[in-house]
Amino acid sequence: MMSPHVILRVVSKVLIPLIIVYGFYVHFHGEYSPGGGFQAGVVLASAIILYALIFGLDEARKVFPPYWARVGMALGGFIYASVGFVSLMMGGKFLEYAVLHPDVSHGTGQHIGIIAVEIGVLTTVTCVMIAIFYAFAGRTPEISDEDW
Amino acid sequence: MSASDITQYFDYIFMAMLLCIGIAVIRLRNLFAVVMLTGAYSLISAAWFVSLDAVDVGFTEAAVGAGISTVLLLGAMLLTSREADKTSLTRHAAAAVVTIAAGVALFYALGDMPIYGDAASAANTGVGMEYVNLTAEQIHIPNVVTAVLASYRGFDTMGEVFVVFAAGLGVALLIGLGGSKRKED
Repeated sequence: MMSPHVILRVVSKVLIPLIIVYGFYVHFHGEYSPGGGFQAGVVLASAIILYALIFGLDEARKVFPPYWARVGMALGGFIYASVGFVSLMMGGKFLEYAVLHPDVSHGTGQHIGIIAVEIGVLTTVTCVMIAIFYAFAGRTPEISDEDW
Repeated sequence: MSASDITQYFDYIFMAMLLCIGIAVIRLRNLFAVVMLTGAYSLISAAWFVSLDAVDVGFTEAAVGAGISTVLLLGAMLLTSREADKTSLTRHAAAAVVTIAAGVALFYALGDMPIYGDAASAANTGVGMEYVNLTAEQIHIPNVVTAVLASYRGFDTMGEVFVVFAAGLGVALLIGLGGSKRKED
C-alpha cells in the first residue's frame, strides 16, 4: 500500500537513516555520554516503527522480518549471559570483565565487557520493541485518515 | 546555592504541568486524546529528570515513555474502542479511597526523606559515593551510570534484559507476533 502522505514519506526517508545512526551513536557512546543499550535499542526500534507507520506494515516486514525479532529477542539475552560464561571460563567470576583482557591498568577488559553486554541489551530491547509493535499492528485494521 | 534554587522552580513548574495533564487524562473520555496526553506526560517527566540531572533516566523516559509507549498504546486503542465507557460512581469512590490513602501514606513518609539536594543523604553517601569515586580508576569510563549498570550491577542488568525478553515473550504468546507468513512464502 502506498501512503498518500507525500511530505511524511519524504521527511521520514531523510529521518530514518539519521535515527538509526543516532541509535548506534547512543549505543557506542554510552560509556561517555548518557545512553546505552536500552535507550539505543528503543531508538533503533522506533526507526523501524516509523517506517512501518509511513510505508505500511508489509513493507516494514520485508525490511525487518518478524522472524529476526523472534530470534533477536532470545539472542540478546544469550549474548549477555555468554559474556558472563566467557569470563567464568577465563578464570574470573561471572560477569567479571577485568579478566577479558590482560591490560588491567587501562580497564580494557571492562570496556570490552561493557560493550559486549550492551550489544546483548541492544539486541533484546530492539527486537522486543519491534516484536510487540508487530504483534499489535498485525492485528490492527489499517488506520484510515478519519481516525487521525 | 542560588543555581540550585533556580532549578528548583523548574521542578515545581514541571510538577504542576504533570498534575494538570494527570487531571486532564482522568477527565477525558476520548482515548486518542488520553494516549497523546500520556505521551506529553512522559515528555515532561523526561524534561523534569533532566532538570534533576538524571540525564540517563530522562533519555530512557523520552525514548520509551514518549516514543514507544505512545505508539503501542495507539495500537492497543485501535484494537478496542475510541471512547472510554462511563464508570460507576462507586468504583470512582473506591479508587479515590485507595489514592487518598496512598497519598496520605506518602506525605507521612515525607518527614523521613532527606531535604532536596542534601549532600549528606543516604543516596549521596555510602555505596553511591563509592561508585562515583572508584569508576575512574576501576572501570576507566567517564559515565558512572553506565559503569554501575553494566559492570558493578551487571548481574542485575542481565535480569532486566530477561525481564524485557519475558515481556516480549508474553505478548508473543498472548496475541502472537503477527505476520507469521513463512508458510505462504
